[in-house]
Amino acid sequence: MSAGLRVLVGCKRVIDYAVKIRVRPDATGVVTEGVKHSMNPFDEIAVEEAIRMREKQLAADVLAFNCGSSKGQDVLRVALAMGADRAIQVEVDDPVSQKLEPLHVAELMEKIVNDEKIDLVILGKQAIDNDAVQTGQILAARLGWPQATYASKITKDGNFLTVVREIDGGSSTVKVKLPAVVTVDLRLNQPRYATLPNIMKAKKKPLTVKKLSDFGVELTPHIEILKVEDPPVRVPGIKVDSVETLVAKLKEKGVLPSTK
Amino acid sequence: MIRALGVRSRLIPNTLRRFGSSLVIVEHNNSNVEPITLHAISAAAKLGSVSCLVGGSKCSSVAEEVTKLAGVTKVLVTDEQCLENSVAEKITPLVLSAQSKLGVSHIVVGSSTFGRDFLPRVAAKLNTSPINDVIAILSEDTFQRPIYAGNAVVTLRSLDPIRCLAVRGTAFPPSTISDGPAASIESFPLPGAEALGSEASDLVEFVSVEKHKSDRPELTDASVVVSGGRGMKSGENFELLYQLADKLNAAVGASRAAVDAGFVPNDMQVGQTGKIVAPKLYIAVGISGAIQHLAGMKDSKVIVAINKDPDAPIFQVADFGLVEDLFKAVPTMIKLL
Repeated sequence: MSAGLRVLVGCKRVIDYAVKIRVRPDATGVVTEGVKHSMNPFDEIAVEEAIRMREKQLAADVLAFNCGSSKGQDVLRVALAMGADRAIQVEVDDPVSQKLEPLHVAELMEKIVNDEKIDLVILGKQAIDNDAVQTGQILAARLGWPQATYASKITKDGNFLTVVREIDGGSSTVKVKLPAVVTVDLRLNQPRYATLPNIMKAKKKPLTVKKLSDFGVELTPHIEILKVEDPPVRVPGIKVDSVETLVAKLKEKGVLPSTK
Repeated sequence: MIRALGVRSRLIPNTLRRFGSSLVIVEHNNSNVEPITLHAISAAAKLGSVSCLVGGSKCSSVAEEVTKLAGVTKVLVTDEQCLENSVAEKITPLVLSAQSKLGVSHIVVGSSTFGRDFLPRVAAKLNTSPINDVIAILSEDTFQRPIYAGNAVVTLRSLDPIRCLAVRGTAFPPSTISDGPAASIESFPLPGAEALGSEASDLVEFVSVEKHKSDRPELTDASVVVSGGRGMKSGENFELLYQLADKLNAAVGASRAAVDAGFVPNDMQVGQTGKIVAPKLYIAVGISGAIQHLAGMKDSKVIVAINKDPDAPIFQVADFGLVEDLFKAVPTMIKLL
C-alpha cells in the first residue's frame, strides 16, 4: 500500500438538514417530493477527509459511492467537485431505494471494495434521515476488516491508522490495521465548498452508473415498515415575565429538587 | 462461521421463538454497571427471559451486581485481560458465541456509543438487520424507533430469526434490585481461534481512553439537566451554569454550537448526534432550539427556555419560557434557589 491508499467514500443523498420534514398523511413515510435534498452532512466530512489524505499523498484514488435513485448522481457530482477522482452509483428504482437497509448498502459496498481493490472506506457515522449508525460497522464485519467509528482524528502510521474516537464520557484512541473502515464524527474536519471552476471540472470526471443486476445481488428485506407517524406533540407552554415567576411555577410543578 | 451461525439460527426451536429470550450485553467500566444497561435489561424483560453477558477484566463485581437485577436469570462472565477495554472486533465473536450457546432470539444493548459500535457488527455476522434506538417494544418482532432527528416515528417489523436491538435508555425504566433469588453466574470462555476466524488476528489495538472527569450526575441519567448554547459566549461563562446545576443537583449539557465553539467538550452535546436525554426538568439557556438539538431533549418532562430572542424556536417546545438576558436571569435564579 506504499503507492497510496485506494479510498472509497459513501455519499448518501438525504433531505437537507435544515428542512422541517413532514410525515405523509397515509403514514407510509415522509414527504420527499419538492423537498430540498443534499449530501448527508457526515458524508461531506468523510469526502473532505479522503481528499485531505489525497492532498497529503496518503491516498492515491478517491472513489465516491452512492446507492439510490438517479438523483443520487447530484451528490456524487458534489463529491467530485470537492475533489474526489471518480464516482460510482448503484441506481435503484425509487420504491426500492425507500426500502434500502444499511445491510443492503453494505452488501453492495462490499462488492465494490472487492472489485476496486479498496484499502480504506470512509463513511459518515450516521445518515440524518434514518439515524441508523450502522452501515460502516456492517461493512467492516462483512469484509472481516477492523472498524474505527465516530472518528475525530485520523493519522496514518505505516500500515495502521491511529484514530481518536468520540465516545460517551470522553474519547478513546485505537490503532487499526489497514485495510479498514472508518466512520467519521462532526468534529473531524470542516468540509470545503466546491468552487465554480471545480463544479465545471467535476462534470467531466468519470461517473459510472451500475444496476443491482450488475452485481448479481437481490436485496432481501429484513425489515418491514408498518407505519411512519408524527411524534407526540407537546402541549404549548407559556411565557413567564420574571425569574421569580419561573421559579414559583417550577416549584408548583414539583420539578425542583429540594434545594441544598 | 457466518454460514454455520446462519444454519443454527434456523434451528432455534419454536418454543424459544414463541417465548422470547434475550441476551443483554452489559456495559461497564470493569467495576460498575453503566446505568444504560439497567434500562436495556428492563426493555429485554418485556421479551421474555433475560441472560446477561459481562465481558471484561477483573469484572466479578460487575457480574455480582447484575445477578441481583430484576428479570435476569443467568449471567455469563468472561474475565480476560484482552477484554479490559472492549473493542468491537473482540467483543463481537464473544457475543456470537454466547448467542449460539444460549440460542436467544434477541440480542439487546443500550443505545450508547459502546452498544451502537459493536451491535451492527454482530448483526452483520448473523445476516440480520440491526435496529437502533428502539423506543417501544410492541411485540417480539415489532418495534418503534425515531427517524429524521425524532421528527417521525417508524413502527417496523423485523423479519429476521434473531433480532439485534439497541434500546434508547430514556424510553425504558431502569431495572431495579430483585426481591427473588439472584441469577446464576457462569464463567464463559473466550471463543477459540477457530471460531474467531479472521477476527482472531490483531486487527485492532486499543491505545488509550480519556474520560472527562465530572462530579455531577451522568448527563443521560440526571433528573435535571441545565444546557448552554452559543448564547453563553465563552467557556468561562459556563461556570454560571455549573453553579445553577449544583443548586439543582443537575448535569450540564450543551448544544452543538457551544461544542463547536470550543466552550465545552463534545461529550456534553445533547442532540441528534450527541446524547439523548429525558430528564424531569431541562433548562435550555442561550440555545435557539435547532431541530438537531430538540431531537436530544424534547421528551423531557418539563422544558424551560431562557433566551433573549423572543422568536427563538426553543420557545415552541418550552413549557416555561423567559425572554431575558441569561447573564441577568441565571444569577437571579441561583439566588432564588
